[in-house]
Amino acid sequence: MKKHFSSLAFYFAVITACLLLLTRNLHAHGYAGERFFPATLTTDDPFVADELSLPTFSTIVTPDGGGTRETEFSIDIAKEIFPHFGVEIGESMITTKTVGEKAQTGLGNMEIGAKYQFVTNAKHELIVSAGFDAEIGGTGTLRAGADSFSTWTPTLYFGKGMGDLPNCVSFLKPFAVTGTIGMALPSRGYNQSIDVEGGEGELDVEANSDTMQYGFALQYSLIYLQQHVKDLGIREPFNRLIPLVEFNFEQPLDRGNQGLVTGTINPGILWSGKSFQLGIEAIIPMNSRTGNNVGVIAQVHFYLDDLLPAVFGHPIFGGKQ
Amino acid sequence: MSRFKIITLLLSFPIALQAHAFLDYANPAVGSSNKKSPAEVRITFSERIEPTLSSIKVFDSNGKEVDKGNQKGDAENKKILLIGVPLLTQGSYKVVWRAVSVDTHVTNGEFSFQIKP
Repeated sequence: MKKHFSSLAFYFAVITACLLLLTRNLHAHGYAGERFFPATLTTDDPFVADELSLPTFSTIVTPDGGGTRETEFSIDIAKEIFPHFGVEIGESMITTKTVGEKAQTGLGNMEIGAKYQFVTNAKHELIVSAGFDAEIGGTGTLRAGADSFSTWTPTLYFGKGMGDLPNCVSFLKPFAVTGTIGMALPSRGYNQSIDVEGGEGELDVEANSDTMQYGFALQYSLIYLQQHVKDLGIREPFNRLIPLVEFNFEQPLDRGNQGLVTGTINPGILWSGKSFQLGIEAIIPMNSRTGNNVGVIAQVHFYLDDLLPAVFGHPIFGGKQ
Repeated sequence: MSRFKIITLLLSFPIALQAHAFLDYANPAVGSSNKKSPAEVRITFSERIEPTLSSIKVFDSNGKEVDKGNQKGDAENKKILLIGVPLLTQGSYKVVWRAVSVDTHVTNGEFSFQIKP
C-alpha cells in the first residue's frame, strides 16, 4: 500500500512539474482583436475553443428538503470540430446531504453541447455564438439528484469588450461583458412517483417547467489595462488578475411555476496564466428560493490549444486556423 | 511502462508548444505621460520574436507615421523590438505593433503615450 502511494505521489509530482514547465512558453485563447475573454465559472464562454476544466468544484446549501448541501466536482472538455464550430462534453460527481438524512453520492447526468461562433469582430471586440446543450436523462445517479429525463437548451452566447470606448474614458476600456440566454426544455413535463408512507401510497407529481436561463459576467481585465491602456507598474503574478461578478438567473415559464425566479450573484477573481487559469467565486443566492447560505465555486481551467497544439488548437476538419 | 519512459514522454510535451508573443511592457510605458521625447520606442514581449518579421510603427495624432523606420531586435534579449523616433513634440502618439514569435504565431496590438511640457 505504501509503495503504491509513493508511486502515485511520484507520478503526480512529475505531471505537476511538467505542467509548470508548460506554463513558461504558452499563451491563452479566446480572443477578439486585442481582447482576451477568460473562461468564466458559471457563464458559458461565448467562444469556440479547445479547453479543459478539471476540476470545477462547487458547494452550496439549497432549500430542498429543508436544507440540502450539494457538493459537486465536474470535468468539461471542449474541442473545435469545424472552423468556429465545436462540441463539448461534461460529467460530474455529486454529493447531496439533506438535514437528518444520509449523504448520497453519485454521477450527475452526462452533458453534451455544440456551439457555432458566427460573429467575431476584432475592432469592436465582439463575439456572438449560437448552440445548444443537452443533459442526457438517466445517465446519472437518481439518488444523488440526477434527473430521469433529458433537458435540451438552445442558447445564444455573446462577449463584448469595451476597448472601443473613447480615450476620455480609457480606464473603462478593460471592462468586458459576456453572457448567455437560453431556454431549457425538459423532455418530460411532469414526474410522477408514489410516496409510500405508513402503508399508504400517495401520488407525488412534480412539474418540470420550460425555463429561461440567462446570465452575464462583468469583468475588469488588468491584463488589458496593462497592455493597452496604462502600465501601472503591476507585475507578475498580479498583472494577470481579472476581477469579475457573474449573475445567473433561471425563470420557469409554465406548469405552475411561473415567476418563481431563482438566481445567484457570484463575485470573484480569475488569474489567467499562459496555459491555464485559476478562478474562485462566492455564490450568493438572490432569494430564499435559491438558498440562504453563501456557497463557493472554484476551477482549474486548461487552454488545450496551447498545451498540446499537435492535437488541439485547430479544427479536426476544415484546415488549420 | 517504466518511470523513465513516462518522464521522457511528459518532458517531451514542451517541445511542441505554441507561444504567442504579447506585450509585456514598453518604454515609453503604455498610457504614460513623458516630459521629454524618447530616443526610441522599445517593446518587451512575453516571448522571443522574429525581428525581421515583426514591426513597430509610431503615429502622431494626425495619423502620420513619425518613426525612423529603423526597427531592430535586441541581440541580447530576443523578446525586445525597438525603433528610433525623432525629437517628438508635445502631443499624443500611437504605437502599433505586430509580433511574430519564433514559432511564427502572429499577434497585434497598439497603445498610446503622450509628450507633455
